[in-house]
Amino acid sequence: MKLSLKNKHYISHIILITVSLLSIFPFIWLISTSLKGGGENIFAYPPVIIPKDFTWDNYIGVWKRVNFIGYFINSMIVAGGTVLLNLILSSLAGYPLARMEFRGKKISFFAILATIMVPFQAIMLPVYLITLKLHLTDNISDLAGYLGMILPFAVSAFGIFLMRQAFMGIPREMEEAAIIDGCNVFQVFLKVLLPMVKPSLAVLAIFTFIGSWGEFLWPSIVLTKENLYTLPVGVNNLQGMFSSNWRYIAAGSILSTIPILIFFLAMQRYFISGENEGAVKG
Amino acid sequence: MFKYYGKYAPYLFLLPAFVLLVIFFFIPFFQTFALSFNDYSSSIYLPIFVGIENYIKLFKNPVFYKVLLNTFIYLIVAVPILAIFPLFLAVLINQKIRGVTIYKILIYLPVIVSIVVAAIAFKWLYAEQGILNYFVTMFELEPIGWLTDPNWAIYSVIIVTIWKGIGYYMIIYLAALMSVPNELYEACDIDGAGFFQKHLTVTIPHIMPTIALVTTISAISAMKVFAEIYVMTKGGPLNSSKTIVYYIYERAFENLDLGFASAMAVVLLVIVMAFSIINIFCFERNKYQI
Repeated sequence: MKLSLKNKHYISHIILITVSLLSIFPFIWLISTSLKGGGENIFAYPPVIIPKDFTWDNYIGVWKRVNFIGYFINSMIVAGGTVLLNLILSSLAGYPLARMEFRGKKISFFAILATIMVPFQAIMLPVYLITLKLHLTDNISDLAGYLGMILPFAVSAFGIFLMRQAFMGIPREMEEAAIIDGCNVFQVFLKVLLPMVKPSLAVLAIFTFIGSWGEFLWPSIVLTKENLYTLPVGVNNLQGMFSSNWRYIAAGSILSTIPILIFFLAMQRYFISGENEGAVKG
Repeated sequence: MFKYYGKYAPYLFLLPAFVLLVIFFFIPFFQTFALSFNDYSSSIYLPIFVGIENYIKLFKNPVFYKVLLNTFIYLIVAVPILAIFPLFLAVLINQKIRGVTIYKILIYLPVIVSIVVAAIAFKWLYAEQGILNYFVTMFELEPIGWLTDPNWAIYSVIIVTIWKGIGYYMIIYLAALMSVPNELYEACDIDGAGFFQKHLTVTIPHIMPTIALVTTISAISAMKVFAEIYVMTKGGPLNSSKTIVYYIYERAFENLDLGFASAMAVVLLVIVMAFSIINIFCFERNKYQI
């Protein structure tokens, strides 16, 4: 029985294995190159996947010359700050939109909705001018540099709508009971409602983190100093630093990918379960 | 239910988010239009009001049409593939087979990795004496200038965008497939329908809204590509891989021609907004119901 089931699906397996291999092959080839020593021709025909002159030297070399720890810390600060602000601001804004009646509710709702329709790339130039005017750039101070990378992405319509949806799912009796117990509106929000939307907060945190971690365009526009480079900007810079030393470029690229790979494997159920469909911004 | 909050409470809750949205969204939004009516090419501190001159310059510029054409190529190549192929994979994975989680993780991996690393990895595959050209020469063909031949560059970049998007859309389709009632498939089995017949008659009609959704979101993100191009080709050779966003970036931040870049940004804005409106009002309505 088991065997016949397997046979029925073997074509599916062949296709899925092929696509899986194609999905990871560019990384495999990069890893292979990063482990080849100077004695091995990386342009050899036919190509060799398993290094003959195996070495860790490229990793050691690139680690010594490139401040990966610094890039990592910068990425952590920027992604961490972006996540934290998104959690706070989105839940604050989502609550009245889900639960309160007030004048201007419809306008607020559509104003937030409008921000989904406009791509950041179309308005990035004035955003940059405003960031300059507010002195939120790294030539003022490191803190200003970080804020300049965080604040334009500190709140998103996606987050607000996600939290609004979460608050709408809570039974109203919860609030009533809390009010009767003597809570005011802020206590209701903080002590009763917020703990109940933890799953949505987790989803928002994870997807905001991934988005912010991989962001390249905005940091490459605002950054002027190498000591504030985030990982994507730093990795792109490897190309200039090591012009055609592909062993180093490959080793550096792989090194920079390790943190997000660990994060992904630890959190994979959030990404591949399909429950959070459409959560990553395109 | 009684109203337990004060008159100003809702505004207080909304205030912090709105302050940031005003500073980093609404002001820049209107400023984009304002900038497009000014000339900054003599000095970026002393703009001169020039009316629609930037738009006239834009529409007379052959690069503008090249860039639009490239974005159009991006759309017609990437969008159909991203709308159909992930669906096919999702259908395969949705069968009760072994190793589903492993397949999902491996195929999703490109989504999670930084686009910069992905672009570098492909640049290495595309190298003149790289591994891809080895396979090309194996068939006794001339090596291809993947990123250096104007006829190939845009397609080489599109491949990266597609490769990075497949896993993402596959997961969206998988979620949609869960909602197809099993009885329909059972009915097909009783009627003796084959694999393709079954999915053409049951699956595709049932998840048509998701196919439409994937089509519009992949179109919107295809119009916003930047990093792939920045890392791999810088828009070259001969503008052959330059798309709208890269052109805006180049004119604004390398040539400091803010007015011209803003006119281009307005064009991008209009196109993307059209797609977004279709998306929000047709396919994601339930998500944004007031």
